[in-house]
Amino acid sequence: MEKILVGLKRVVDYNVRVQVKSDRSGVETDGVKMSINPFDEIALEEALRIKERGDASEVVVISIGSAEAQQQLRTGLAMGADRAILVESGSSTDALTVARVFKSIIERENADLVILGKQAIDDDNSQTGQMLAALWGRPQATFASEVTFEGSTAKVTREVDSGMETLEIDLPAVITVDLRLNEPRYVKLPDIMKAKKKPLDTIPLADLDIEPAPQIKEIEFKPPEGRQRGIMVNDVAGLVAALKDKGLV
Amino acid sequence: MSKVLVIAEHDGESLNASTAKCVACAAQIDGADIEVVVLGTSVAGVAAEAAEISGVGRVVTIEREDNGPAIAAILAPQVAALADGYSHVFGPSTAFGKDLMPRVAALLGVNQISDIMSVDGSHSFKRPIYAGNAIVSVEAPADYTVVATVRIASYSAASGGNSAAIESADITVEIPTHTRFVELQTGTSDRPDLQAAARVIAGGRALGSEENFELIYKLADKIGAAIGSSRAAVDAGYVPPETQVGQTGQIIAPDLYIAIGISGAIQHITGIKDAGTIVAINKDEEAPIFEVSDIGLVGDLFSIVPELTDALG
Repeated sequence: MEKILVGLKRVVDYNVRVQVKSDRSGVETDGVKMSINPFDEIALEEALRIKERGDASEVVVISIGSAEAQQQLRTGLAMGADRAILVESGSSTDALTVARVFKSIIERENADLVILGKQAIDDDNSQTGQMLAALWGRPQATFASEVTFEGSTAKVTREVDSGMETLEIDLPAVITVDLRLNEPRYVKLPDIMKAKKKPLDTIPLADLDIEPAPQIKEIEFKPPEGRQRGIMVNDVAGLVAALKDKGLV
Repeated sequence: MSKVLVIAEHDGESLNASTAKCVACAAQIDGADIEVVVLGTSVAGVAAEAAEISGVGRVVTIEREDNGPAIAAILAPQVAALADGYSHVFGPSTAFGKDLMPRVAALLGVNQISDIMSVDGSHSFKRPIYAGNAIVSVEAPADYTVVATVRIASYSAASGGNSAAIESADITVEIPTHTRFVELQTGTSDRPDLQAAARVIAGGRALGSEENFELIYKLADKIGAAIGSSRAAVDAGYVPPETQVGQTGQIIAPDLYIAIGISGAIQHITGIKDAGTIVAINKDEEAPIFEVSDIGLVGDLFSIVPELTDALG
């Protein structure tokens, strides 16, 4: 295939313990470390491996958001992507709009495959890939843990609740990736230097003529109700007694 | 007036418990009419089960050859066509529902609400974000269909005893052929299903090997428990991925959850915080799992677990 598009979302780093702002208007992101959504890194790694084994000729990374997402796109370029596109939007963007943006970019770029993370670890929505596939009228293979190609079809093994399901899909298609698909490579310093010279195009969201999506309003953010720390027991006999007390054994 | 369509999850033979949990969520909407749709090849048995769920006014069946193993690209256009006339379309936040529902939402031109944990009004809901580190109240626009997944760990299954009418629907839509089912490989264990089990025994990286997980299996079998695991244990190859509990695995709410050799990263805790009783066994007394456990025991799992297995039953 010719071209693979990969989405990279800028999110609060996996290791940050997120706090709700005191006025409950959102979560604290000022001064917090931001990274590529970990699932998106796996998506990019897979695209790069597909290209490196000769099954694709170009990998393009895309982010939709503020100008700061250029950092994540540069990291993607350093990992090995050929080009980057930033669709710049002022505010945070809902899943349906993001799916519409991807579809618009797919049409511009004539892409054969789109690989996305199965969910972003900020909103935990798990929607964009499925929505894009619907709008595009193409197959979706979500939660992928193994992907192989044969001509214009792909075989994708998916992690489902009861085990592993395999689908055969015709290209072009959307694949969303799960944790076990691969282990993303580390970026080396010379690659970071090289990435600075790779093309990164910015397109204002308004230039894409995207239909506005009905918005789900976020009214208020709260910290979760915590569980209380319970009792400690000293030995197995104490544990069994405590379980019996609660009528659990 | 709310009219909720719940998408039944099933394996062709029996109804998944997630369906009655979605109905329980839908029933929190004041005065809602609740209907369940069962899509499959031959669904009389599954539809009969759905008709028993308390609160269901009608069960709609859509039977066709293509509706064998559930494929989102095939089911979504049928659900979207049926959705006309409903104010809400709900599915479970399981692999099945997470795959299907956003595709339905996009076909209907709406954004989706993922993982409803409580209902504040017909268009107002609460849902977790950031691995459960924050809970956000959201409001869907009043003039659009609400498409949502239900965080099933937040709900107990609606009770049975009902006998709703069952009617078949004739939906004429174009069915794509670009996506084909090849196979489903399931574990061969006779143990209870992780989602449905009242008791879950979970092991973490501290088990150290696939062989050592035998300790977990023996304890689980002694008390009829399902097997869970942490991401670290799955990544290390000790247990299959479908056992993973947490933000990116399964979210569960058993009566009893015993975490063995699991330190308790926030991403894991988010998968168990609705459990009835959490027991933690860990050699590190500083492990974060103890901050959320009801009963904690510090010590060496390799001596504790066999002793516990002997002591129970």
